[in-house]
Amino acid sequence: MFNFAFEPWMVIAILPEILLLVLALVILVCDLVLPDNYRRNQGWIAAVGLGIIALLGIIFSRTTINNELMWGGMLRNDWFAFSFRMVFIFAAGITALFSMDTPRIGKRGDYYVLFLVSTLGMSLMAMSADLIMLYVAIETTSISLYILAGYLKHDDKSTEAGFKYLLFGALTSTVMLYGLSLVYGFTGTTNIYALAELAYVNQLSLIPLIGSLLLILVGFGFKISAVPLHFWAPDVYEGSPTPIAGFLSTASKAAGFAVLVRVLLAAFPTVAPYWGAYLAALATATMTLGNLLALTQKNIKRMLAYSSIAHAGYVLIGLVAISYLGVTSLVVYLIVYVVTNLAAFGAVTVVGRIIGSDEIADYAGLSRRSPWLAFVLLITLLSLSGMPPFGGFIVKFAVFAAAVQADMIWLAVVGVLNSIIGLYYYLSVLKVIYLYRSEDEDKSLEITRPYLLGLGVLSIGIVLLGIVFAPLFTVANRAAASLF
Amino acid sequence: MQFPILSVIVFTPIVAAIIILLIPGERKTEVRVTALAAAAFALLLSIWAYFSYDIQAGGYQFLETYAWLPSAGISYQVGIDGMNAPLVLLTGIVMFTGVLISWKIDDRPREFFAFLFLLATGVFGVFVALDLFMLFFFYEIAVFPMYLLIAIWGWKETREYAAMKLTLYLFIGSVVALIGALAMYFTSGLGTFNMLALEQAGFSSNFQIIVFPFVFFGFAVLGGIFPFHNWSPDGHVAAPTAVSMFHAGVLMKLGAFAALRVGIMLLPQGAQFHMPWIIVLTLVNVVYGAYIAMVQSDFKYVIGFSSVSHMGLVLMGFATLSQDGMLGAGLQMFSHGIMTALFFAVVGMVYDQVHTREIPRLGGFRKIMPVVAVAFIVGGLVSMGMPGFSGFVAEFPIFMGLWATYPWVAIIAVISIVITASYIIRIITKVFFGKIPDEFNDHVQDVSVLDKLALVVLSAVLIGIGVYPPLMVPIVSSGVEHILRLLGGA
Repeated sequence: MFNFAFEPWMVIAILPEILLLVLALVILVCDLVLPDNYRRNQGWIAAVGLGIIALLGIIFSRTTINNELMWGGMLRNDWFAFSFRMVFIFAAGITALFSMDTPRIGKRGDYYVLFLVSTLGMSLMAMSADLIMLYVAIETTSISLYILAGYLKHDDKSTEAGFKYLLFGALTSTVMLYGLSLVYGFTGTTNIYALAELAYVNQLSLIPLIGSLLLILVGFGFKISAVPLHFWAPDVYEGSPTPIAGFLSTASKAAGFAVLVRVLLAAFPTVAPYWGAYLAALATATMTLGNLLALTQKNIKRMLAYSSIAHAGYVLIGLVAISYLGVTSLVVYLIVYVVTNLAAFGAVTVVGRIIGSDEIADYAGLSRRSPWLAFVLLITLLSLSGMPPFGGFIVKFAVFAAAVQADMIWLAVVGVLNSIIGLYYYLSVLKVIYLYRSEDEDKSLEITRPYLLGLGVLSIGIVLLGIVFAPLFTVANRAAASLF
Repeated sequence: MQFPILSVIVFTPIVAAIIILLIPGERKTEVRVTALAAAAFALLLSIWAYFSYDIQAGGYQFLETYAWLPSAGISYQVGIDGMNAPLVLLTGIVMFTGVLISWKIDDRPREFFAFLFLLATGVFGVFVALDLFMLFFFYEIAVFPMYLLIAIWGWKETREYAAMKLTLYLFIGSVVALIGALAMYFTSGLGTFNMLALEQAGFSSNFQIIVFPFVFFGFAVLGGIFPFHNWSPDGHVAAPTAVSMFHAGVLMKLGAFAALRVGIMLLPQGAQFHMPWIIVLTLVNVVYGAYIAMVQSDFKYVIGFSSVSHMGLVLMGFATLSQDGMLGAGLQMFSHGIMTALFFAVVGMVYDQVHTREIPRLGGFRKIMPVVAVAFIVGGLVSMGMPGFSGFVAEFPIFMGLWATYPWVAIIAVISIVITASYIIRIITKVFFGKIPDEFNDHVQDVSVLDKLALVVLSAVLIGIGVYPPLMVPIVSSGVEHILRLLGGA
């Protein structure tokens, strides 16, 4: 039923992935040859390299997009995958910038190599059209991230984060693998796009299909940190190096959503009402629990961890609407969320590097020490809470619109009630930043060039996405169209 | 191409805010001058827009439409008619006088004016919006700067509590209304957020009856409707002077206006179904608000609750759904906006001198600050609805409309005028006349020239409308006709 012949355009289509691997190798060599005082420049090489990769991808790979399977049915070349791949490369570039001046990681070549490899894995996750490919891609991503989370070897919290992430990840991935193998057993194929048809043709009963789907969702739920598999997130974010926490909460989560959406819509449309209801309940629990627990946090990285759990809940609303508008809203939400949360973790990295603390109370007087950094946090937190003219408003609007359109007004109401809780704790942080005073408030904060560049790009991005959102929706519409 | 006057008005404050943020924080005078220049520019443009509105032609004028998100039917669309033209002017005046009065702010004035102007952009945007999405977009922009303005520059005792309470109340209101608006969008099947198109959508009466309360109350929270008025006095009292002026003067109108624009005008049958009981709530606002104002001993709380009472009159005027009531409500929005801005300016000036607002401890300020005393008396007379002042022009039609529709409500509501008179006269006697307490005798000084200028501008407007109502009555009447057509067509 599929034509698996090789054609030359397939090489162009995966050009970004090929180049990612090349870049990783280049940095590996640099790590060996560069003298110590130049080693920080590996961050520039990674960031600029990623920028070039994104550019080449947009110029060349984009022209090959044809919504067809390629490479023996392993990957699918569509707009949905393409938009996610660009988001991952962007997030990786920003993370490289934020890592450069972070103590104990900025000068290590292997650090950059690891997260380039995990970016490669995410790219493949977004494109995977085959269960085996999917599993390999997920593991490529995860294993490098396990190491990165525990990268600060002499820091107990980081070691704990790495280990905890590994244990949870390994466990859920095993369960997922079992689910995948069951699906293969029942249908005799591993191709996601052949699955739905076969399941229908074979008149497979619902029970095995839903059962194996539930097992698979354990693995996906872990990646997107949905309740009840969210436990790892706060501890891992708190302990990991802050740029990596940012990367985990944005790119890695978006990658999880990419596979979740593709697998559910392409392979399991026959049981859509069942997983729709299940995920609606999950979305409710995830939003509510994430927001309620975020309320009580004293550490900003933990607060952002719970807030990112809550955001996974909002994104799920887009999926459970099971509609064109729903997928569109999911894609725009993730894009804006990635940009916004990267900025939040970026600002936290800068502050943490100088004041040596991630406690919210230690952010007192920040607006006097560094008005611009405070302003970045203002934009970021308000965008996360869904206020215009920042990106967060329009995407929340889109997600709730999708719920209302799908006649799930109750879910939209749960969503808006949750965004009220969200507003409360985001404003509480801003209160500390702008209102409270501290003894150190005369000391200005030094922001080095990579941070300035990264935060500048992200802040402008948040505002632009919030005002000129038509191009964003054009991309998302195409992405959604390629799945239906 | 026609000069895009409304867009320029909307974006002047935010452009000014960006310029202000780029000025180094220590150069405070430059920040203030920039702010004043921008406010003056916005005021001049809003005066121009107001007076060049063609009443004979009626309808929406100075229209501008740009595609924003065509695939979802979202556009940037602005225009003014008789209902919102006075409100744009009101915002211009309050913004200008608010900057004058905030001259003294010394703690991070750069951030203060930037946030204040962001708020102003939101307010202008809501008043001129003809697109439902755009209305929400600017509505939220008007809400969140309030939090920072109150929490950072507000009164130390209650600012954190009041700022959070206010923001959460308003945010809850707006998101509830948002769900209602989304329901309208999808039910209409028109695929557009254009309010002029949605007016003609012909929603079924069941739909209107179900959705109307969500939309109306969602916005009316900001209009201070009972029982959701609780945030308002706390917020007013905690806010710094200019923010109180903005807040009571303009923001509460934002709520009332949006409740009218989205609730009553898009869902007229829903309005007709629900108004008979909503009018009772507004009656509570009017009488109970005035009563609570009377028993306060804190000067600023008196004014805060008087706002609740007067905003009740606005909503009551809308609730009559009659020509006179609507006309009065439209005028009252403007009149009360200026009046309450004047009141809060006076309270702020007195407080800055003596650092207390306890009415029993004050006295005799007429001798030290005569202009302030006169301004307060003008405001007081407006508030009591004295002929010759704008309050009379506004309140008289409201009561006429009430008498024609719900006479018993009118009878109870007039009690509020008596109560208002009692607390206003008490303040005038106690604060401005009598003997100055010894503790303030030496160090209390008269207010600055800028403060006086602000008071004179505000008082002049109140007297101007009162003496010569044709300045405003015809334009509001023309706006009311459009609303009545929608109601009559239902």
